[in-house]
Amino acid sequence: MCGIASLQLRDPALRGSLGLLMHGMLCGIVDRGLDSAGMALYGDPGLTPAGTSTVTLLDVTLDPEALAAQLRGVLPAGTEVAVRMFGETTLVNASVASAALETAVAELLPTAHIAGRGEHVAVLKGTGHPLDLAAQYGLEGISGSQGLSHTRMATESAVTASGAHPFTVADDLCLVHNGSFSNHATIRRQLRAEGVTFDSENDSEVAARYIAWRMNDGDSLTTALEKLGTVFDGFYTLVVTTPTSMAVVRDPIACKPAIIAETDAWVAMASEYRALAHLPGIENARIFEPAPGVVYTWTLDSTKELVTL
Amino acid sequence: MTALTSTLTPIQTFDLESATVRELNAALHEAADATSWVVENPAGQHNIAVGIDREVDVTVNGHVGYYFAGMHQRGTVTVHGSAGVGLAENIMSGTVHVTGDASQATGATGHGGLVIVDGNTGARCGISMKGVDIVVGGDIGHASAFMAQAGRLVVCGDAGEGLGDSIYEARIYVKGTVASLGADCIEKPLRAEHRAELAELLTAAGRDDDPALFKRYGSGRTLYHFAAANSHAY
Repeated sequence: MCGIASLQLRDPALRGSLGLLMHGMLCGIVDRGLDSAGMALYGDPGLTPAGTSTVTLLDVTLDPEALAAQLRGVLPAGTEVAVRMFGETTLVNASVASAALETAVAELLPTAHIAGRGEHVAVLKGTGHPLDLAAQYGLEGISGSQGLSHTRMATESAVTASGAHPFTVADDLCLVHNGSFSNHATIRRQLRAEGVTFDSENDSEVAARYIAWRMNDGDSLTTALEKLGTVFDGFYTLVVTTPTSMAVVRDPIACKPAIIAETDAWVAMASEYRALAHLPGIENARIFEPAPGVVYTWTLDSTKELVTL
Repeated sequence: MTALTSTLTPIQTFDLESATVRELNAALHEAADATSWVVENPAGQHNIAVGIDREVDVTVNGHVGYYFAGMHQRGTVTVHGSAGVGLAENIMSGTVHVTGDASQATGATGHGGLVIVDGNTGARCGISMKGVDIVVGGDIGHASAFMAQAGRLVVCGDAGEGLGDSIYEARIYVKGTVASLGADCIEKPLRAEHRAELAELLTAAGRDDDPALFKRYGSGRTLYHFAAANSHAY
């Protein structure tokens, strides 16, 4: 089944309440997936401090202080490093470019799984009840411009933190999926031939890699998702986010649910209306189901608002 | 209905912010005939007002979730808002009215009764309908009336792709455009008796659309029997 809830806050006055609003939305999708969950939180000054890059790690064998000390040893002198644990997730911030941080982490911890990267987004995921995970992450206290959450009922691969969504395979680009792809093995092979590398046998990761590959080639988020619709076979409702955009698409026969609500202050998408029912101003929101096979994209007016949070 | 309302006992209110859906449904299952109920704060919860078998009048203020008024047997249920997946699924009789939109599989497998949606519905409206009447004020999504067996589907807006695919019987009336017809669904002449039944259905749904502006669709009846010419396909 799986549940999705995503929220883009247009009104800066609401951004202090991002986590609180997302927690309310999460409560509405918990029943759809109880084995594991994850979230992508954009613009929280605590999780992703300005001037740092952020990497999310799973399967880390070192304690946070030891990892921080070792990173300071290999990163340029004077680099600020912070390492925190949120359940199964280890979050690393450092005042270097994300590629440099990722390389350093991969060398120090070759068996760790890099589940998130970027400058603006913190990806947190794990196994267990989604509301227990939200408590571990301190979700209700988070601020920011945009957030994406997913509750998983696993079908195509194992129940692990790395199998939980979102999938973040390129800087600040996050994907969640409700459904299953039937031709993911074929597309994975084709992408490998193009030089794309994979972390898992998960079908949703293939979609994330495909979109990152297309965008790396210069496609916009919307174009990449439109092309995905011509290549991927299966059931899907996808939500894909960048620091300034949020896009939603359903497969052409609309097997998986999605509902969108939009006001001047925010735009929200969820698997079910009950996840939207408690958003402020919902009574006057424009509420609709996205049409099958159509890509919907919303972009924040100014990236500056995000950076100055 | 107005005449009936005046004889009803005082209205009982159920607030789903404090009461549970199970409590509401249990109360409705035990309700005395000719009572009126108002439900507040549904907040998109699932399975509200399912299995009602009493001559009650239920009004819900707000949006409801999945399977609203499923297996409805008697009475009238009205939602002032929109409904999720499977509105009035397997309705047997009685009336279910939604003033907003409804999601996919509206009236699915319904055996009888009347489902009214003033707005649009998603895909698969009236899928496998078995005698229910469905009147939609707006558009319906793709694969509607798929394998429909009996009943009437009235659409005052447009219909999506594959309307009436593999339809057995049932009559479909569409005022707007049809994106495409499904296998063995064909347009049929709109004769006087069809205009008459359409007028009746529109009136029952509180609408004043002109029946003459609709087109009728139904089964071509070419899929009823196995055709030896198709044996290569198996």
